[in-house]
Amino acid sequence: MATLSVLYSLIYQFGDSFAYLVLAALGLAVIFGMMGVINLAHGEFIMCGAYVTIIAAKRGVPLPLAMLLGAIAAALAGVVIERLVIRHLYDRLFDSVVATWAISLIVQQTMLLVAGPSLEGIRTPFGAFSLGEYSFSTYRAVLPGIALAILFALYLLFFKTNYGVCARATILNARMAQCLGLRTDRLYTLTFALGAGLAGLTGALYAPTMTAVPTMGSNFIVQAFVSVVVGGANVIAGTTPAAAVLAIIQTALTASYGQLFGQIGLLVTVIVVIRLMPQGLGNLFARLR
Amino acid sequence: MKQTNLPATSVTTRALPYVPWILALCLPLVVDANTSGNLAYCLLWAFSAVGLAAMWGYGGILSFGQTAFFGLSGYSYGIFTLNYGDTWFESWLGLGAGLVVSVVVAALIGYMIFYGRIKGVFIGIVTLSVTLVLETFMSQTAGPQWAIGEARLNGYNGMGGMPQLTIPWPGGPLTLENASFYYLVLILLIVVYAVMRKLLDGTFGLTLIAIRENPQRAEMLGVDIRRHQWLVFVLGCTLGGLSGALYTIWGSYITPSTMGLTAAAMPVIWVATSGRKSIGGAILGTALLVWLSQNLAVYGSQYALILLGAILLIVVLGAPEGLLPFVTRHLRRVSGRSRDGARHGRARIRQEEGKS
Repeated sequence: MATLSVLYSLIYQFGDSFAYLVLAALGLAVIFGMMGVINLAHGEFIMCGAYVTIIAAKRGVPLPLAMLLGAIAAALAGVVIERLVIRHLYDRLFDSVVATWAISLIVQQTMLLVAGPSLEGIRTPFGAFSLGEYSFSTYRAVLPGIALAILFALYLLFFKTNYGVCARATILNARMAQCLGLRTDRLYTLTFALGAGLAGLTGALYAPTMTAVPTMGSNFIVQAFVSVVVGGANVIAGTTPAAAVLAIIQTALTASYGQLFGQIGLLVTVIVVIRLMPQGLGNLFARLR
Repeated sequence: MKQTNLPATSVTTRALPYVPWILALCLPLVVDANTSGNLAYCLLWAFSAVGLAAMWGYGGILSFGQTAFFGLSGYSYGIFTLNYGDTWFESWLGLGAGLVVSVVVAALIGYMIFYGRIKGVFIGIVTLSVTLVLETFMSQTAGPQWAIGEARLNGYNGMGGMPQLTIPWPGGPLTLENASFYYLVLILLIVVYAVMRKLLDGTFGLTLIAIRENPQRAEMLGVDIRRHQWLVFVLGCTLGGLSGALYTIWGSYITPSTMGLTAAAMPVIWVATSGRKSIGGAILGTALLVWLSQNLAVYGSQYALILLGAILLIVVLGAPEGLLPFVTRHLRRVSGRSRDGARHGRARIRQEEGKS
């Protein structure tokens, strides 16, 4: 029983960091993979989702609905930002990086002024269960499953729906898609909104487990970048294996040296991966297939 | 361009680049000691910006790692001087140690980047990762076991108590602070400016521009692109290190947050705003923006960051070549138009303003 609970605690930690890495990365991966824009305001969409969820839940909205509201709010914010800023910078990669960084800075600091340094969180649902002498949060144990479900939903969206076909056509060859009558600018807006909405959903899902602070986005953004860079431009076939590999590295390092070394391990992995396979893991898998 | 009185114009244009420097040299004579210390603070960030401008504007390398070298060099200065005493010679050796560490680390990282054929935005991600690794590592060094010789690293609280720079003087060593530290920073800045202009206006800079515009063509023409990019990277990062060492000397203090995400954004903001293709513009813009954020910080650091973010956003969308070049270009156009109408002295003044 004791070894079982130790074993489960390792699996739990792995699942926890896997879910965190996947969820943090998804929105960024969609925007980077489908549009080639590196969105440094990603963390702020997450923050937006978390805040809306917490505020709605405190007003008495049931939690799942509040989470949906958070994701929708972030998606709407994404539409606004795409229309106002990103639209003008599609062919200027460095400038889009810098501009989204500026947006991130503005939003973060404005939230600090408007909403104060922190917002009291809501209770984690489902309570906890214990195995041997360890106690685990049920909600966090379920999160990896939710992450996988979202990945599957994304797969269906990109491969089984009309939007998915149009979006992939636009990514492959925007001009050709336009000639065939697709409204590519609208597709870009939709894709950006999808990425922002996924980020918002991440924030919403993690809202019950942490205190919401205006700078909470920076907690996610490192993990998000790490997974996206290691995974490469392929949203599903890249991010999932990347998150799995990184979760193993993080869990092992965290268990033996502490949390900060887990973080350092992730960042070092990124540097090594960029050096050895600049297209990311996703490309490796695509070549094997 | 039709210019009726050519000699007069060329004299004023030739004298113009020196005007800001002469003004800067005279400043401590009119303000008190405390203010000149603050001015030194505004100027010391400019090295980092100049380094980034050389890398980004000339070499096309967007690095987010200026702050990594800033911190490395600052910590190196602290560790060196806390361990080896504080006579005048050792404080200068400490500054040298900071720079040497920057050069060595930049050379290693640059070697990995450019000879590992990492390109474009991935360079930014690698350098940002390096910065964040350093920040994370330094912030967990709070315990007493994290000490190098006499110097405790102190985690998030930062390392303090380093001696300042001194020079030998009849009747006891003279500590460089306030006005004298300002002059040190200014002289270093003039030297760096002159050297960088010489370098970037010459063959080296032109080669870098050729590489930035079309690496393949440059390589076909026989340019060793990796070596050139590597060299400008090391140069730029070392200037970031110089900023860090001077910052540590200025405040006798350095913390891991000088390497954080927000801090890493700052050099990019300054350089993007003041125009990444002009070294003089980067110096002027950085000093102004630092001064502005310092003044706004009185009301809370948020306002300064919001303003900087807004400026950056407007610049990227409206004036991608940078604010100073944008203003210069427009003033020149306006002055050109008004000179055609009424050949008047006022237009000339405007034109002169535009060129600084």
